[in-house]
Amino acid sequence: MINKILTLLVCSSLLFFLIACGGQGSSSEGDGGQATSTLDSVRERGDLLCGVSTGLPGFSAPDSDGNWTGLDVDVCRAIAAAVLGDAERVKYVPLTAKERFTALQSGEIDVLSRNTTWTETRDTSLGLNFAGVNYYDGQGFLVKKNLNVSEGKELDGASVCIQAGTTTELNLADFFRFNGLSYKSVTFDTSDQTQQGFEEGRCDVLTSDRSQLAALRSKLADPDSAEVLTEVISKEPLGPVVRQGDDDWFNIVKWSLFALIEAEEQGVTSSNVDSKKNDTSQSPGTKRLLGTEGDLGQNLKLDNDWAYNIISQVGNYGESYERNVGPNTPLGLARGLNALWNNGGLMYPMPFR
Amino acid sequence: MVVVKFYNNSKFRRIFFQVFILVSFIALIVFIVNNMFANMEKRGINTGFRFLTSESGFGILQSLIQYDETSSYGRTFFVGLLNTILVSFLGIVLATFLGFFIGISRLSSNWLLRKLTTVYIETFRNIPILLQILLWNTLFRRLLPPSDLEILPNIYISREQLTIPEITINPFFYVMLVVFFLLIGFIFFYKKRAEKKLFITGEGSPVFLVASVLVVGYFVVFIALRNVSFNFVDPIPGRFDFETGISIIPELFSLSIALGVYTATYISEAVRSGIESVDKGQREAAVALGLRKSTIMKTITIPQAMRVIIPPTTNQYLNLTKNSSLATAIGYPDLVSVFAGTTLNQVGQAVEIMLMTMAVYLLISLFISLILNIYNKKSKIVER
Repeated sequence: MINKILTLLVCSSLLFFLIACGGQGSSSEGDGGQATSTLDSVRERGDLLCGVSTGLPGFSAPDSDGNWTGLDVDVCRAIAAAVLGDAERVKYVPLTAKERFTALQSGEIDVLSRNTTWTETRDTSLGLNFAGVNYYDGQGFLVKKNLNVSEGKELDGASVCIQAGTTTELNLADFFRFNGLSYKSVTFDTSDQTQQGFEEGRCDVLTSDRSQLAALRSKLADPDSAEVLTEVISKEPLGPVVRQGDDDWFNIVKWSLFALIEAEEQGVTSSNVDSKKNDTSQSPGTKRLLGTEGDLGQNLKLDNDWAYNIISQVGNYGESYERNVGPNTPLGLARGLNALWNNGGLMYPMPFR
Repeated sequence: MVVVKFYNNSKFRRIFFQVFILVSFIALIVFIVNNMFANMEKRGINTGFRFLTSESGFGILQSLIQYDETSSYGRTFFVGLLNTILVSFLGIVLATFLGFFIGISRLSSNWLLRKLTTVYIETFRNIPILLQILLWNTLFRRLLPPSDLEILPNIYISREQLTIPEITINPFFYVMLVVFFLLIGFIFFYKKRAEKKLFITGEGSPVFLVASVLVVGYFVVFIALRNVSFNFVDPIPGRFDFETGISIIPELFSLSIALGVYTATYISEAVRSGIESVDKGQREAAVALGLRKSTIMKTITIPQAMRVIIPPTTNQYLNLTKNSSLATAIGYPDLVSVFAGTTLNQVGQAVEIMLMTMAVYLLISLFISLILNIYNKKSKIVER
């Protein structure tokens, strides 16, 4: 009897303690989370942690010397140049499509630049923000030539190789369902595995963003045995992503991307940036971009030569495009939608003033 | 009687410290969970289990239940779960048979058989299971014909799938089923009577012969009448896929074979140690009684060896089930690939989904060990 009373007494007193402690814990945590901003932690670390793909030629892939190159990698380098003054101060974190958002949410990386499609759900429910678009893409099909397929609607019953956890997986389902066709989705973790499955005959069709299809086709043992259908079944705006709730960092990533595009629009390249900076006869727009006029850099909590660092070390968007995915690369992608707005494309940087 | 202060009471102290530790532990867990949800809320990440009812919008390669793109995420969970259970079950069956065969062969007096099984065990046990899964998968991909080949009438095989006719059951099948059970009942009855006769008159009866004639006869009739019992819808080749027919994906085979072959090495060692644990005197006594070698194995050695074999084998069943999550490497749509992979990525609620997935593996493991514990209790040595 005494035993039971004692137990009850001890339990109830501890329960009070527990409730008080639990309540306190969650409320005091409210201020703790904001203490270190991403900008501060990047500066302190001296390196930018950038989430990239596990290897997609033209966008983010290590070259034969182990250096990461690509259109998405250049965004990482631009941010590092703007924040740290050195485009080489980037640590690349290769992520599969399935891992990428969790890595960003948990703070494992500072920015995700990994051919990621901007969608409403991702922008709102994942606690993330898309900072812009660095490549306008669309989903297509890669098919073997001997199947004699000319459009997607002929693919009834086909097995389709696809990367798990992508928007393409959802678009594919929509496309086949809307057209009343059946299909079998053979899903893999990485795009390399989808290409291998396609090559070994596990599936008839490979679907992905069309830029990726060009890259994967170039990696086939016999690239001429397959072709990319001209049909485009979805919009895929790809761009860098940051965590929601850190507006300073969001601004830096957004404007680093704009600076790449604005530089092309102003005709500033990595080779002429020094002469343009010293030339006082340049247009006011170019002067503001290069930091010789105005305080645009300070508004971003950066140095005023932030954009100069980007252009001198990374180049402008056009240079990056030509170097990584343009017509003279194995991918051979025409500018198309990714031309500047005054050239019939969609690349439109917001005004630098 | 000396009155002691309550805090000097030894009973109080004992209980106090235990309760204190327990409550602090619970408090710590509550604090961590609270903190996590508060932080996720602040960062604008959705929480809760509402997503389970919303439309999934993606296709799954293999599903044992009705599933399409309009089904809910909750359903993707069950599709993945059933696929995990299916491949684990096939793997366990294969591992058990193979393991027993190898384990017994390893103690065989045949030199070649003994050495071959030793090589088998040492090879497959020492190569990481992930590599073995990839190896089997590549083998299937490379060796199977690129386009559908009819290996048996109406059975096609290709790198994409094995296609068999669709089967529907007619009412006559149930008649055949009842006949089958009657047959089994008769055989048991006949066996009982034969034993009785043996004890009373000493005359043997051809039990085995009668039973095998009846069973074989039954199956001959069953096969002859298959078109009455079942409706077969033959696969009709379409441009890419068969318009009818059941298709089975090669990943199911490569994964269950890899898991079975790997786990069999461990089970065979358990079997060997079990058999070796049976006292030599038992076997010698049986030999002295003039029993046949197979009878000794079946009725004396194995039943006693099971006591030693069961606990490590349980562990291997659990390992096999957990290893089945490597399915994601070859694109087999198991729970980890479908739910903790695709669904997680589309929904983005890592905490809820990982908790559900871990809970499932825990429950499957507990279920397997429960069943084998019951069996173990039954086969345990009974002390008199």
